[in-house]
Amino acid sequence: MIFLTRKAEFSAAHFYWVDAWSQEENERVFGGCANRNGHGHNYTLEVTVAGDVDPVSGFVVDLKELKEIIEREVISVYDHRHLNLEVPEFKTSIPTTENIAIAIWKRLNGKIPHARLHRIRVYEMPDLFADFYGEP
Amino acid sequence: MKAHLSRRYHFSASHRLHTEAYDAARNAAVFGKCNNPHGHGHNYTVQVTVSGQVDATTGMVCDLATLDAFAEANILKRFQLTNLNTLDCFSDKVSTTENLTSEIYRIFQSFTKAHVERIHVEETSNNSFDFFDGLIPMHQTI
Repeated sequence: MIFLTRKAEFSAAHFYWVDAWSQEENERVFGGCANRNGHGHNYTLEVTVAGDVDPVSGFVVDLKELKEIIEREVISVYDHRHLNLEVPEFKTSIPTTENIAIAIWKRLNGKIPHARLHRIRVYEMPDLFADFYGEP
Repeated sequence: MKAHLSRRYHFSASHRLHTEAYDAARNAAVFGKCNNPHGHGHNYTVQVTVSGQVDATTGMVCDLATLDAFAEANILKRFQLTNLNTLDCFSDKVSTTENLTSEIYRIFQSFTKAHVERIHVEETSNNSFDFFDGLIPMHQTI
């Protein structure tokens, strides 16, 4: 079993807001992130897949193909977008780093041939990241 | 759903690896240049990994400001710009980063807002140390 990790980057805007709460409550819980004009990050995505090495190709997964899947399923949807306003899954959930990791897992799971999705890691910044392993 | 959140904190401190249990020659042999009597220092990075269910409303495992405030009050204030050897926690222990990592894990046991899975401390970009809660989950080894 080999674990293989591919990185990708996207830049996007977001804010944290719960409609059911007052402005004061949103600001108390989310601080500056509740500014509804939004703010942005350069996100780094790490996609880790697990699988056996093909005895002929020496690959767990074709990296070029993995790159294309990540580009099609995630980067083309998230990059240079406002996550709250333009990405469907964040109409109903707040685009926290945790929720972004879960959403990317759902976008990629089952779409990578010959390998099992193992981990989604999303860096919002170098000192803050979330991991999702598909756990309930 | 369960997610893991990791946050990195930074502090700078000095230390000297030395034990009264050894004589000078043995200290020098075991600890090498880290036994320099004048001490030396590092920029330490502490990476804390907490886990838990993502709150359905806030989208968070735990409130980051609360985690930051805990780390500021209990880790950074304690270790930033200190000589580790002068601290109570190293009065009877060598100030290796193994012992520092264990101490930071012990301190984080009083953080109650999420489960602390792992403390990872980087002493330099080439040396890092991990303390896990119990057995190392296979998925955390990468």
